[in-house]
Amino acid sequence: MFVRGLKRKCFDGEEDIEGTLAGIKAIPSYNLQRQSLLDMSLVKLQLCHMLVEPNLCRSVLIANTVRQIQEEMTQDGTWQMINTQSTGQASLDRLVSTDILCRSSRDQAEGKHGPAYGTFSKDFESDQAQDSSETMSTASAVQTPRNLQSNVWEMESPQENKGNFQKSLDQIFETLENKSPNTVEDLFSEVDNSYYDLDTMLTGMMSNTKMGHCDSLETFSSPTNTAPNSNCKSDLNDLDHIVEILVES
Amino acid sequence: ADIISTVEFNYTGDLLATGDKGGRVVIFQREQETKSRPLSRGEYNVYSTFQSHEPEFDYLKSLEIEEKINKIRWLPQQNAAHFLLSTNDKTIKLWKISERDKRAEGYNLKDEDGRLREPCRVTELRVPTLKPMDLMVEASPRRTFANAHTYHINSISVNSDYATYLSADDLRINLWHLEVTNRSFNIVDIKPANMEELTEVITAAEFHPHHCNVFVYSSSKGTIRLCDMRSSALCDQHSKFFEEPEDPSSRSFFSEIISSISDVKFSHSGRYMMTRDYLSVKVWDLNMENKPVETYQVHEYLRSKLCSLYENDCIFDKFECCWNGSDSTIMTGSYNNFFRTFERSTLRDTTLEASRESSKPRAILKPRKVCTTGKRKKDEITVDSLDFNKKILHTAWHPAENIIAVAATNNLYLFQEKVN
Repeated sequence: MFVRGLKRKCFDGEEDIEGTLAGIKAIPSYNLQRQSLLDMSLVKLQLCHMLVEPNLCRSVLIANTVRQIQEEMTQDGTWQMINTQSTGQASLDRLVSTDILCRSSRDQAEGKHGPAYGTFSKDFESDQAQDSSETMSTASAVQTPRNLQSNVWEMESPQENKGNFQKSLDQIFETLENKSPNTVEDLFSEVDNSYYDLDTMLTGMMSNTKMGHCDSLETFSSPTNTAPNSNCKSDLNDLDHIVEILVES
Repeated sequence: ADIISTVEFNYTGDLLATGDKGGRVVIFQREQETKSRPLSRGEYNVYSTFQSHEPEFDYLKSLEIEEKINKIRWLPQQNAAHFLLSTNDKTIKLWKISERDKRAEGYNLKDEDGRLREPCRVTELRVPTLKPMDLMVEASPRRTFANAHTYHINSISVNSDYATYLSADDLRINLWHLEVTNRSFNIVDIKPANMEELTEVITAAEFHPHHCNVFVYSSSKGTIRLCDMRSSALCDQHSKFFEEPEDPSSRSFFSEIISSISDVKFSHSGRYMMTRDYLSVKVWDLNMENKPVETYQVHEYLRSKLCSLYENDCIFDKFECCWNGSDSTIMTGSYNNFFRTFERSTLRDTTLEASRESSKPRAILKPRKVCTTGKRKKDEITVDSLDFNKKILHTAWHPAENIIAVAATNNLYLFQEKVN
């Protein structure tokens, strides 16, 4: 299954050394999967906005999924600000999480919030690259939560990430409720037109009903999988490439 | 031909109505058995076609209102004409379908082609006579029930009193009288005061087949509420609450989405109701709220593919389900143009395919099988080769006989039990 087996490994990893080693491999995978799911959900919600009349049931279900992930991330501690310099005894999984988050912060710094898809897909790609090299650093800033939101809404400061996330979800429902040109304008005031091309592109990609690149995410759930990253990475490379083209045009 | 969005037999099964994405309704009629064409019994031919809904534009919200027919429900026949309700996202219409096989001839003031006769030419008084003509089936809109729904209508259900009906959208359910179009009563309202708190929507609703005060509605969280209209005017408080506790071992981020109920149908007996969620069909005894009495897995092999199905949006597909006339068998659709029937007493299930290649006229359908293990046997299909574009969302079962209608995208298939 998607969640259960990996999660167990995650916690078991702290208790015994062999488990810990297995834990190192499993933890980034689980977090990455969850991250990817979160990103995908936010994209879907955003696409909802762009449709003529969004399907309320679908929007509610996706928003609930996003909330669920957010809650779990909060419990895991992934969501919080982590200052690893002050915690010398930080557990292994925390270090790894910080590492992933730090990588996203670097990407965050170079990209603006405009090409949102570019931002998170780059994160994914860089996460993948990091995963394969398995190095750990101790940088301090945590930017992932901010990163997620900036995909959809205006830039927020890091401290307010959780609250703003909720606020952003709320914004979606408000907009769905009173869909007026003004509201839509506000929401999209920072977005350039390349978005709409991206929209068609991504909708087309996403509505491809053969198993998409997500298929490779499913292979993560089997612990014996040795090379799960390649399929995923190539598909996301394509996505990233497309985004780069659109952003530059 | 457009994508079929709803299929419904009438109370006798002689008529079968389909609605499509383009707002059209096509009605098929069963051919009577005649000596000259003995094999024609059971064949359905087109009886009437009409445009029920047109695309509209909501100027206030700057949104287009789709003309797609979401549901059709027949009214029981009370005279020579047939009546049905058809609805799109916002407006419900009552249509009268009547036959005309005679026409009046010999008018005083009009010629045969309708032109007025010159008064000086009218020299005598004559009484028009009725002459037979080719059968003409006319559909005319008799009532339009509009402006009562802010959200998308997903269900309509005619009450057993044959005078009222309900219409349900994502957040509200309204009660109408068939004769009154300028007023409807709101009987369920789950819209939160603050839309930010919205976490659950109404997905389907239906009146009880015998008790005109009872109806049920299902939600996106996998719950069903049974309401009694005698208890209060606004049925926000349910009388019964049906929910199966979640199995903690199979919990995932997709648990809620796949538990969302896409259809709810009472059995003909009124004792049971059936709900369809993404992976299964459940039969509930109305007297037992804490769990269903029967659960049938429709395509359990998709459970490990939920992430992909979420990505391509297939996880949001709304499958319908239906009972046969005697409530002994239930049917629902799946992907790859497969549909499944489950015999409740024998627990026998069958997978069949609705496609041109596998259905030659009068040939018996071959059961299909999806390979779930590594080794694929001959004629089996692997999960990865299933076509998720070909989904059977709408099926209907004749109220008395074993004739089923299966909508496969833009094709309608009719199958019947082979009679020796």
